[in-house]
Amino acid sequence: MPDTISSNDPSDGAYNYAYLDEQTKRMIRRAILKAVAVPGYQVPFGGREMPLPYGWGTGGIQVTAAIIGRDDTLKVIDQGADDTTNAVSIRRFFARVADVATTTRTEEATVIQTRHRVPETPLKDGQILVFQVPIPEPLRMLEPRETETRTLHALSEYGVMQVSLYESIARHGRIAKTYNYPVLVNGRYIMSPSPIPKFDNPKLDRNPALQLYGAGREKRIYAVPPHTPVKSLDFDDHPFEIERWTECCALCGSTQSFLDEMIVDDAGKRRFICSDTDYCQERQEEQRR
Amino acid sequence: MYVAVKGGETAIAHSLELLADRRRGSRDLAELTLDQIDQQLALAVDRVMTEGSCYDRSLAALAIKQARGDLIEAIFLLRAYRTTLPRFGHSEPIDTSRMVAERRISSTFKDVPGGQVLGPTFDYTHRLLDFSLAANGERPAAPTAPVDATRDLPRVGDILEREGMLEPPPANVGGPTQDITRDPLTLPAERPVRLQNLARGDEGFLLALGYSTQRGYGNNHPFVGEIRFGAVPVSFVPEELGFPIEIAEIDVTECDMVNQFAGSHDVPPQFTRGYGLAFGHAERKAMAMALVDRALRAEELSEAVTSPAQDEEFVLAHSDNVEASGFVQHLKLPHYVDFQSELVIVRTLRAEVEARRQQTALDQAAE
Repeated sequence: MPDTISSNDPSDGAYNYAYLDEQTKRMIRRAILKAVAVPGYQVPFGGREMPLPYGWGTGGIQVTAAIIGRDDTLKVIDQGADDTTNAVSIRRFFARVADVATTTRTEEATVIQTRHRVPETPLKDGQILVFQVPIPEPLRMLEPRETETRTLHALSEYGVMQVSLYESIARHGRIAKTYNYPVLVNGRYIMSPSPIPKFDNPKLDRNPALQLYGAGREKRIYAVPPHTPVKSLDFDDHPFEIERWTECCALCGSTQSFLDEMIVDDAGKRRFICSDTDYCQERQEEQRR
Repeated sequence: MYVAVKGGETAIAHSLELLADRRRGSRDLAELTLDQIDQQLALAVDRVMTEGSCYDRSLAALAIKQARGDLIEAIFLLRAYRTTLPRFGHSEPIDTSRMVAERRISSTFKDVPGGQVLGPTFDYTHRLLDFSLAANGERPAAPTAPVDATRDLPRVGDILEREGMLEPPPANVGGPTQDITRDPLTLPAERPVRLQNLARGDEGFLLALGYSTQRGYGNNHPFVGEIRFGAVPVSFVPEELGFPIEIAEIDVTECDMVNQFAGSHDVPPQFTRGYGLAFGHAERKAMAMALVDRALRAEELSEAVTSPAQDEEFVLAHSDNVEASGFVQHLKLPHYVDFQSELVIVRTLRAEVEARRQQTALDQAAE
């Protein structure tokens, strides 16, 4: 007997707990299990139409809906921030349909749904990081055909990706790819880490949290189990490197975090602040103490 | 400044209120009723039902009202509702030869058994604005001939088929067909899967693709074998009963497109088919679908795949307007983290170029 949720809004009683029906959740959980068993492999799943638009996190939302329960504490971030409009909208959705506690504190969350960032605060055993993925196929911009790319993955035929990185070096003197930087998972599958900045790539490697990736429009789920090696592709003479700033955060003074740049006057004066709002606030509070 | 770039819960709440307010429009005017939308914007309702994959006129009318007349938004609303509905089974295939046709034309024969029935069509209207509609003029009911609902209406294709001139429709292979709203699309796809995809595909996209085949991008010399529009019964076999019972009657538009086929070494020349079906009255959609269906059969018929309309991956992956609309419009979401990464690398690359230029200038000055 699926339990339904009642809230102040009478129309909500019409939907199952966490919006999806139990059969759909079971189908998604099976896909997740397969994804965990084969790290980095894209598992096709019967993605449903969600009440939020495609491209706005429907894959991540379906994964979250399939794994969330009443004991969970959910954090939702977009661009590292808890208060961006789409993060607010998704957090409200789950508070409404899953009756779940929400938080902005990375440490308190059991499930963190994210778009474009990995939190600066290190994750722990037992936490789950759910990524929203627009294009799950890392080879898509090199080979538009799904039938081809599936074969390339099956044969570990990844020369085309190495060549594209090499071409970047030949043209720019360095690998000029900055986000959605391809990684090799567990020495087997090349995977798209979703459009996180390459700054976040090292955090994926041997992370104690479970990483689940959901692509709703493309109907794919993939995963990186806890403590799995994740290597950013590079060359011996051009090792992988991350973004650096000469400035520090204007609010908390961090020199270790990913910084967003803001233009603060008509003359184009710039100011840098942490993209991870929770991390930044925690640091400011610590400094006040 | 920091607050200005972040959106808040309050901003969203206010935006929703404003949207509801704009939807209502001027309070001096009477509010639209769902019955009015159903009856007077019937073709909009038909399109929303077709691409929303849900035959329910009042829900489609509600979606159109809620979406302020934005049909793709209405299709999205209807689909998001449909996907939550429980499945209690599959109907029997509808039999369009049992259609009570309100319209039925063939462009391949001057006369056909059952006759040509023009029915309600825009085809022979002169596109002159009818200002009497602006004055709210009442219309007298149009006279119609009596309909013989007891007689089957044979399909034009069946007649050609008996002669061996036209390929037979694909045999019913039995067993359940894959449901693209439940299972992910895998490629290459079978024709039933392709047809499902086209049936809920965007009318504008299919229209452009179908049109492109007529202009030489994968031409297959089409003729309208038949278009028919009318009501067909829907039957369902409840497990407890074990025999079919009629549960509903729905309006559909069917298009059987007849195309040239040169034949091959083993197969004598014969005509081939493209098939289109839509809920309600939607001839443009059904015809475009039939053209694209035929174009996508290129490989099966050993034709060279050279054009977009023949390219299965291209067509099936991009036909869905709810997916396309979402992904195009997601560009409105913040991307400042990725953009920041790009700013950093572009500044670095520009600095390197500048340094090289200065070095070259120094070297030249030294010589």
